[in-house]
Amino acid sequence: MRTENQKAWFFVLPVLFLVAFNALVPMMTVVNYSVQETFGNNQFFWQGLDWFEQILRSERFQAALGRQFLFTFLILLIEVPLGIIVALSMPRKGFWVPVCLVLMALPMLIPWNVVGSMWNIFTLPKIGLMGYFLNDVLGINYDMTQQPLSAWITVIVMDVWHWTSLVVLLCYAGLVSIPDAYYQAAKIDGASPWSVFRYIQLPKMKTVLTIAVLLRFMDSFNIYTEPFVLTGGGPGNSTTLLSIDLVKIALGQFDLGPAAAMSLIYFAITLLVSWVFYTLMTKDDQK
Amino acid sequence: MARITLSKLRHSYYPNPSGPEDYALKEIDVTWKDGGAYALLGPSGCGKSTLLNIISGLLVPSEGQILFDDRDVTSLAPDQRNIAQVFQFPVIYDTMTVRQNLAFPLKNRGVDPARIEQRVAEIAAMLEVEDMLDTRASGLSPDNKQKISMGRGLVRDDVNVVMFDEPLTVIDPHLKWKLRSKLKELHQRVRATMIYVTHDQTEALTFADEVVVMQDGEVVQIGTPVELFERPQHTFVGHFIGSPGMNVLPCEMNGDRAIFHGHDVALEGPVTGQGGTIRLGVRPEHIDIQESGLPARVTKVSDVGRHFVVEAMVGDSAVKIVTEEHAPEQGTEVHLGFRPDKTRIYRDGWIATEARA
Repeated sequence: MRTENQKAWFFVLPVLFLVAFNALVPMMTVVNYSVQETFGNNQFFWQGLDWFEQILRSERFQAALGRQFLFTFLILLIEVPLGIIVALSMPRKGFWVPVCLVLMALPMLIPWNVVGSMWNIFTLPKIGLMGYFLNDVLGINYDMTQQPLSAWITVIVMDVWHWTSLVVLLCYAGLVSIPDAYYQAAKIDGASPWSVFRYIQLPKMKTVLTIAVLLRFMDSFNIYTEPFVLTGGGPGNSTTLLSIDLVKIALGQFDLGPAAAMSLIYFAITLLVSWVFYTLMTKDDQK
Repeated sequence: MARITLSKLRHSYYPNPSGPEDYALKEIDVTWKDGGAYALLGPSGCGKSTLLNIISGLLVPSEGQILFDDRDVTSLAPDQRNIAQVFQFPVIYDTMTVRQNLAFPLKNRGVDPARIEQRVAEIAAMLEVEDMLDTRASGLSPDNKQKISMGRGLVRDDVNVVMFDEPLTVIDPHLKWKLRSKLKELHQRVRATMIYVTHDQTEALTFADEVVVMQDGEVVQIGTPVELFERPQHTFVGHFIGSPGMNVLPCEMNGDRAIFHGHDVALEGPVTGQGGTIRLGVRPEHIDIQESGLPARVTKVSDVGRHFVVEAMVGDSAVKIVTEEHAPEQGTEVHLGFRPDKTRIYRDGWIATEARA
């Protein structure tokens, strides 16, 4: 006998509630704020797309967006090649494999605000080990609390220190999955080390590398905690990245409408870039 | 093209081997003629891949020498030996086209582009892959991929030896046969020395002029397919080659006579040596069901198409017989006759009867 009913839908209910409360409802609240103006007392006035226009036209937003793209571009430019190089030079078998893997994973296990504090203390002139060493031993004028360039270098070095491991571990996973026969065939074919990298290792790492770049793009584009703890967005606005600016508008100035509009634009940009990148990278495979 | 000599070759994966059991490859001494087709046959873990890797230079042997013609290549790197190897799983440079794949070994050696183009065209014609030259290699089927990796070996005209490491493992059964005859045809055309490693007796026997049978790191017999079938030097060869394999039966010696369950059995020739564990070896194809002889009871009859495989009990020993005529009914009493010229004594596994002159 066969019974037909729709009771199976009940199985979906828990996840539906979960998604509704942790994603859809907050998201809709943001959308609500982004098209209205409020002066408190739960009174709202329809504003249309004014906030979106205001944000997109504001020089402050454009500057923060520019800084954000520059930051993400620079850390990708450093972390991806560096991650590949480190992964290539890691041992594939033997005693040192687990040692390397644990060492590599360590930075990623440290909470983000701790990373920020660590680097803050480490780089402060006079107090910090690095700050003291650079200024008083090497005589380099370095002060990330005063000089925008020093601040940028510090923020980028901190991110490289914190997240290159992710690229390393993903690439390493790709590398160890290559069967020995490929290396043996390449040896027999007389391939140079560069050819081995170009035609065997890189193609085999492509999938994991795509994931690595995607994760690093999204994470770095949304980065908040570490630079906030390290520089607080300063000196001036020089390291005020998008999310830091967003928090300033939303919680500092309590401009909920513009902040909501900015969140949505921010979200759309992240989504768009990720989608374009992913589509381009996987286009070849579908042929 | 080259003659290959393996001289007193031994290999152990341990740095300080203490006894024979530490050797993955026990002493081997063999010469392979230039342009011959050879097979290394044996079950998994018998050392055949170790031997192959030593010949290709991926592994340096603990002892002994490898000569290509008269040149000692024992310590040379793989790319300096001018060899080609086809692996179990097709190795293809995914991002390249078929044409680039085939040209790769020549390009790495700085061959003139016009010459490369000519060679690639020749090889593509030989492998019948001309129509896919400009497609990406990653999209090919496993058998075509295997053809391309074979082509990468053949494209160099100075190649000393082409080695195949169980190349048909991932190929669909109906394509195996096709690729196997392609291989044979290629060998006849290019006349390169070829060494084929496999655990499949059909592949070894159809491909090779001479087969090296290995067990536990030891070469048990080197011979033509016919020799391996007709006169196995070791019970392992008899058992491993043939379907079903040779009957290896318990037996006693009374002076020069072999006694099997109280019956005298005639042998091919006089027995050599003393002591050890004695076994009687005779192939199922060399046993006749007849009017008189060894009494046996039929326990099972299988019709395998071209012939019947009859299983019968002589005392408490099971004997297999291959017969092309009508098979007896299960449960009937029959008499068996072992053909004397094909019946042999094995002492501790090794043949212990002299061939009749």
